[in-house]
Amino acid sequence: MANADAALASKPVRTTGPSGAGSYKKRSKLREQRRGRVGWLFIAPFAVVFVVFLVAPLLYAFYLSLYSKGLATGTTFTGIDNYVKAFQDPSFQKGVGFVISFAVVLIPVQMIISLAIALVLDAITTMFTRFARLMIFLPYAVPAVIGALMWGFLYSPTFGPLQQIFSLVGASAPFPLSPDNVFFGLMNVVTWQWAGYYMIIIYAALRGIDPTIYEAAKIDGANSWQVAFRIKVPLVSSALVLILVFALIGTLQFFTEPKILTLVSNGTITPDFTPNIYAYNQAFSYSNFNYASALSFALGIVVFICVYIFLFFTRKRGGFLS
Amino acid sequence: MKRNALVASIAAIALAGLLAACSGGGSGTDAKGTSPKLTSCSNKYVYPKAPQVSVWGWYPNMKLVVDNFNKLHKDVQICWNNVGQGGDEYTKVQTAISAKKGLPDVVMLEADHLATYEIQGALVDISKYGANKVKGNFSEGAWNDVSGAGGAVYAAPVDGGPLAMIYRTDVFKKYGITTPPTTWDEYAADAKKVKDAGGPLFGDFGANVPALTMALQIQKGANPFTYDAAKKTIKINLNDQPSKDVLDYWAGLVKDKLVGTADQFTTDYISGVVSGKYATYVSAAWAPGYLTGAGVGKGSSSGVWAVAPLPQWDASSPVQTNWGGSAFAVTSQATDKKLAAEVALGIYADPASLKDGWTNQVIFPLNQSILKSSAFLDNKSAFFSGQTANKDVYVPAENAYKGINYSPLTVYFYAQLQAQSALINQGKITGSQAADAVQASLEKYAQSQGFTVQK
Repeated sequence: MANADAALASKPVRTTGPSGAGSYKKRSKLREQRRGRVGWLFIAPFAVVFVVFLVAPLLYAFYLSLYSKGLATGTTFTGIDNYVKAFQDPSFQKGVGFVISFAVVLIPVQMIISLAIALVLDAITTMFTRFARLMIFLPYAVPAVIGALMWGFLYSPTFGPLQQIFSLVGASAPFPLSPDNVFFGLMNVVTWQWAGYYMIIIYAALRGIDPTIYEAAKIDGANSWQVAFRIKVPLVSSALVLILVFALIGTLQFFTEPKILTLVSNGTITPDFTPNIYAYNQAFSYSNFNYASALSFALGIVVFICVYIFLFFTRKRGGFLS
Repeated sequence: MKRNALVASIAAIALAGLLAACSGGGSGTDAKGTSPKLTSCSNKYVYPKAPQVSVWGWYPNMKLVVDNFNKLHKDVQICWNNVGQGGDEYTKVQTAISAKKGLPDVVMLEADHLATYEIQGALVDISKYGANKVKGNFSEGAWNDVSGAGGAVYAAPVDGGPLAMIYRTDVFKKYGITTPPTTWDEYAADAKKVKDAGGPLFGDFGANVPALTMALQIQKGANPFTYDAAKKTIKINLNDQPSKDVLDYWAGLVKDKLVGTADQFTTDYISGVVSGKYATYVSAAWAPGYLTGAGVGKGSSSGVWAVAPLPQWDASSPVQTNWGGSAFAVTSQATDKKLAAEVALGIYADPASLKDGWTNQVIFPLNQSILKSSAFLDNKSAFFSGQTANKDVYVPAENAYKGINYSPLTVYFYAQLQAQSALINQGKITGSQAADAVQASLEKYAQSQGFTVQK
């Protein structure tokens, strides 16, 4: 990130620097310096916020993670012990296992749904599409907490609609947050919330494609399926990679929905359900701020590895980061 | 390149400064500090010029209680805020302790959380501020719950939670149960009888009320913790025979589908209570007030409730136990500890506040002057259709209560017991296995926190 800033700041200097000679060169160098300073001035507001609210807390958390505090012992320096403990902690391992398997199932489903909707909305142009686009996007405008609370009520075994439908035929409905169903119960909530947002990103990318390409394809005899899969999808692949990375990071840091649904899950969602919930409970329930910091960094390492692996395999398709 | 290095070094210096500022705050010596500025109180002062003391508390009638206190005290005024009930408040308290600032002068706590905060140096021993003057107002068990080693007193008790069995008279009548079960064996037998006749569930084993589960284990003779604050030693006894027996008993009821497995205090559970899904509700004396507040006892569920003493393991030597109830503690962040202690000892201790509390059944007062008063004993409870519940059930239960030894590991312990109880409810483990798992994780946790774990 810092490198990117530097590049941004030094770019104008490089391009506008005239190639003079002698004393003029000296003066221009001075001007160059002044311009450089102005460049830094422009990014200063961002840099201050970035340092104060992101870099400094991160460093402070890292500092915390190197210490251990026991109720009976006080604070002691323990180096990387917390990290060793975190990666050996069955609760953390289980949580990471859950979010990774959740990501592996959820992300393709989410991608397929949002891509399909975007392609349909791009291909059809009636009054209805505008309305549909808004409606599909709407769940994203609902705050995640409200959305989760709402699903908590919809899932309710006593007065949820699921129960009412099943009771019509005299059966009792499955509880979507029972240990066997919670995976798909949560997947439903997250897909509902995010598919619309990803759809808008893909849709915007589709709108950016030059329509003459479609005309050329039509003249060459391509049908609309071929236009969709041979032209549209490859051309929006960088948007797809982008939302994949978003979804991957978001899913590995899964917190809000399971945290809110804990109360109505009847014990299915445990205090170590996902790594983030585990870190939260370590910090704010058990006052282990040091171990919680280590857990957060350990999760950060896992996220970094996962994203790196993913970007490595998609490096030819990607492009938004290179 | 050079310029980048310069900027980088400036940034680094700035960062180092920031970090120093942060760690400076973090490595401050004792848990001293200032309580938050008293700018936003939920109440109005009666005597605005008197010194002010900040209080956190969540009693449903807290506003009235605070107003009563302020009217009676010209020399000190309370600035009160409700920052959440139970766990919500504890999260804030714990965070303020860790941050070493932000605690109010006086805070409402349940007895089972005192040791956790006391070991972090967050509570003041109020015995030197006159706490022992009110000792005579309380039963021995109630006073034990707020006392530490060496005569230390960490909070002024207000209310308790003697356990009893609330039941539905309509369900009992319909399925021919003429007298409420007096032992747990009878409880199980009656449960089977109701189920065989096609009736509702007899009770509920909620995983999210571990404090109740622990109270029931203690009834059978379990002594979960022996904790020595001075020596930092702890003896953990969570898988002894009584603990296992109680968990196995409930696991058996769950397995036979005689009791429900729903988490309590949820909307789902309350709607089940209202609609007659559960024949009994084993709970504390403050439960009727809570249930009323949640809408139970109105409409179709009015006039059907009654209460009986807690079923016993051995009817010939009954044991009473307790769930919840709260007290007011003075925090070590209080600016004027003497004044704060005056508030902690005086709040919710005036007759008008106590009367409002117990008539609405939101508290079960521990003050003996109330417990012995005929108005309290002869009170006909509206929720229990005119039953003299205090005289018949709750006061005898309270008088027989001996106190519980709590540990500083309460929050973690409850989380473990809750997780294992949920597994029992899912039919994955037996009660004994749950007890063993809780024991193992608590021993490990106590060691990681630096306690000497005695075997």
